[in-house]
Amino acid sequence: MSLENPKDLVIGPDAWPDSDETMVINLGPQHPSTHGVLRVVLELEGETVLRAKPVIGYLHTGMEKTGEQLTFVQGPTNVTRMDYAAPLFNELVYSMAVERLLDLEVPPRATWIRMLMCELNRVSSHLLFLATNGMDLGAISMMLYGWRERELVLAFFEKVTGLRMNHNYIRPGGVAADLPPGWEEDVAELCEIVPEGIEEYDELLTENPIWMERTVGVGVITTEQALALGASGPILRSTGMPWDLRKTQPYLAYDEVDFDVIYTQSGDTYDRYRIRLHEVGESLRIARQCLERMPGGDYRTQDRKVTPPPRARIDESMEALIHHFKLFTEGFKVPPGEIYVAVENPRGELGCYLVSDGSGRPYRMHIRGASFYNLQTMAVMIKGALMADGIAIISSIDPIMGDVDR
Amino acid sequence: MTDDTAREEPHKTADHSGDTPHPGPAAEARDRFPAAVLADSHGQEVLYVDRGDWRPLARWLRDEAGFEQCVDITAVDQLLRPGRPLPPGTEPERFEVVANFLSYSRNLRLRAICQVPDGVAVDSLFDVYPGTELPEREVWDLLGVPFAGHPDLARLMMPDEWEGHPLRKDDSPARVPVQFKEAPPPL
Repeated sequence: MSLENPKDLVIGPDAWPDSDETMVINLGPQHPSTHGVLRVVLELEGETVLRAKPVIGYLHTGMEKTGEQLTFVQGPTNVTRMDYAAPLFNELVYSMAVERLLDLEVPPRATWIRMLMCELNRVSSHLLFLATNGMDLGAISMMLYGWRERELVLAFFEKVTGLRMNHNYIRPGGVAADLPPGWEEDVAELCEIVPEGIEEYDELLTENPIWMERTVGVGVITTEQALALGASGPILRSTGMPWDLRKTQPYLAYDEVDFDVIYTQSGDTYDRYRIRLHEVGESLRIARQCLERMPGGDYRTQDRKVTPPPRARIDESMEALIHHFKLFTEGFKVPPGEIYVAVENPRGELGCYLVSDGSGRPYRMHIRGASFYNLQTMAVMIKGALMADGIAIISSIDPIMGDVDR
Repeated sequence: MTDDTAREEPHKTADHSGDTPHPGPAAEARDRFPAAVLADSHGQEVLYVDRGDWRPLARWLRDEAGFEQCVDITAVDQLLRPGRPLPPGTEPERFEVVANFLSYSRNLRLRAICQVPDGVAVDSLFDVYPGTELPEREVWDLLGVPFAGHPDLARLMMPDEWEGHPLRKDDSPARVPVQFKEAPPPL
């Protein structure tokens, strides 16, 4: 389908035809294959989808407004709840935006811990995708397998951050705590076990004729369409565009580690599955390099305006007590300015547009959710597909509604 | 190339994601749109454009400057900051509509900002970048900035019958009273 007339993609409320031939039905918001609370209005002719329009907002909790009420110290607790399958990336992009406005240097160990945690988060997020993608297409055992391996990663997160999800671990200035003793063994173990699981899924699905029947050639999108609709991440890479912000516009220390950008040519559901499957391996490759090359030193900046003093100092020093108190009541002030920072999260480009007026709270905090933009490609992919393929297509976009609605 | 006196030396920071490696498209755009003002925000190129140049700029960026994607559209309610620092030649208005563009072929980013008074529509970029359909609706819904030429400017996040635009600075989050189940009814 051409993008010559993009209005074709958009169904206005009065654009529905008054015809007996077609049927308009709702998919969701309470439907197991809509990944939460996505509602899709479908126009069907028999079993063929003529048009589809996502209706969102069921999970809108006003997080951008909340972000304006919280101090810069409290900010990560809020943004981490947006893309709940990849919370560390939200914290990362927010912290990086604050640090850019503060002109703050982050110690190398913090950078590498961030990279390690984000790559493991990419693994857990892709495992979640593989699990739900399999279940949406009837491979119920994939749900159990994917969950099984993902739980191992989340157990490691719990050990490091204290929580399985919504960690509030990456904060402006560094990370909340150093890696716990024995983390090397845990990461090494993950790098052993997860690839075994990936091999299992590969064997189970990739060459499986039923799986291929359901996914090959389904929901095809071209590079041109993906770009025009704002798509990024695996959707864009599946169309033959080797674009990954970690490679093209490196942040953290991604220019110092070896990894490959996985991309394919055909832009269908099968390719989007294969990209995510193989990206797990690349992420573990980066995690292994983090394990080998983790630098020593501070895990957060020693700038007392941003980082609270150690607990022991508070008993000895009045100044430390004041710093601690000020930091957790008023927070720190950020010079006026505006910044847009982008990172590559499992779903694509996650951006944070931050405006500061010089006070201790953001004047405006906007998160560019990858799922929000990726969801727009659904209308193109689903057009002309069978209803059952529509489920495969929605699943392959991997939308996280917390990120869509914010 | 025109003079670069408006540009400051980029700040030195640890992370440089999203930086434009070579200055270029913004200066080209300024040649093309003389009213546009080029600014530098922490090493990122920002172009302050007139409302009237909003859609022509997007069209030029896509067709001639190689910016294939409009990555993000959002807006800021600057009600509480009438005297905010702006580059010379830019008249502050209540809203700032912000668009981030990304060129994949040139690996460049550019941010465009235009000033919009309350109640005045800005041109929709939908027919240039169809991916702005949902974000423009979001901006309309949450901030009340209308987009002229948008195919379906309906509420997106808030319920259809909602009054007001919650991300405005004069919209109080406590405006809607919370009624608890067991609480006695209000007197």
